[in-house]
Amino acid sequence: MKDIALHIMDIVQNSISAGATLIITAVLEDKVEDNLILIISDNGRGMDQETVMKITDPYYTTRTTRSVGLGIPLLRHSAGQAGGGLKITSSPGQGTSITATFRRSHFDCPPLGDIPGVISLLAGCNPSLDFVYRHVIGKSVYVFDTMEIKEVLEKVPISDPAVISYMKEMIGENLEELLLMPET
Amino acid sequence: MKKVKSLADLKKMKEQFQSNINLREKSEHPEGLVQVKVAMATCGIASGAKDVMDFMITNLEKRNIDAIVTQTGCMGYCYAEPTIEIRLPGQDPVVYGYVDVKKADEIIEKHIRQGELVDGIIPINYETI
Repeated sequence: MKDIALHIMDIVQNSISAGATLIITAVLEDKVEDNLILIISDNGRGMDQETVMKITDPYYTTRTTRSVGLGIPLLRHSAGQAGGGLKITSSPGQGTSITATFRRSHFDCPPLGDIPGVISLLAGCNPSLDFVYRHVIGKSVYVFDTMEIKEVLEKVPISDPAVISYMKEMIGENLEELLLMPET
Repeated sequence: MKKVKSLADLKKMKEQFQSNINLREKSEHPEGLVQVKVAMATCGIASGAKDVMDFMITNLEKRNIDAIVTQTGCMGYCYAEPTIEIRLPGQDPVVYGYVDVKKADEIIEKHIRQGELVDGIIPINYETI
């Protein structure tokens, strides 16, 4: 995985498979603490402690088409390489939350990548699910919420290609503006 | 500072989106749609499936082809990712491997437009449920 955005796209698939209807992704950037924290939480079916222990093992997977599952091990590796780590909290029926920490100034801290593209694709390709994306830099916040989008769209489906590219531009412009804000 | 797109702007755009959709719905039946599935598991994403999917969504619309682009999981062809499945109306699905943007363009122009098969097919037989 080249960047944070692709990790998000990948990890979110786990949430979708776990039957989540709401997936909240947050990227928190803190220059003072020199942290970049990625949190993905869902309201899916969750896992028991035993499964949580096994899940970072690349040879653990729930799928049947192949016997390896690399999504979480790759994210853990990526975070570890950038001086951070991975934490998973989950309990059956309560959903799952995955937190990956990166040292922001670390040479191996992955770039953010195409966050607008990933979030708009996820929203457009899973019209029955809701996604919230929060990006925090210092004290400035941008929140994208498909529940708001759907309310505005009314009958127009969120999966319409024109809507997907509109959402992509909207997230992109807002994140660009967020980057311009003073960080402290 | 330039104006940033907001929810209010989306509201204004809504009418335009709706009229485009109406136009499309009148012209064809949903069963006449081309279906494109992009494999988007860890293997696919790591090999660039997102760029292929982006390309498919924007270009099918630009070229006025009525299609639904969706994500699917790993089909077990991790070695050949990114893979995409094309199903033309009334035909069996065809799976392509090692798809990049260039290949995707060829698939749109030859396979989807003209029904001509393109190099890079993964020969499989299966029934979807």
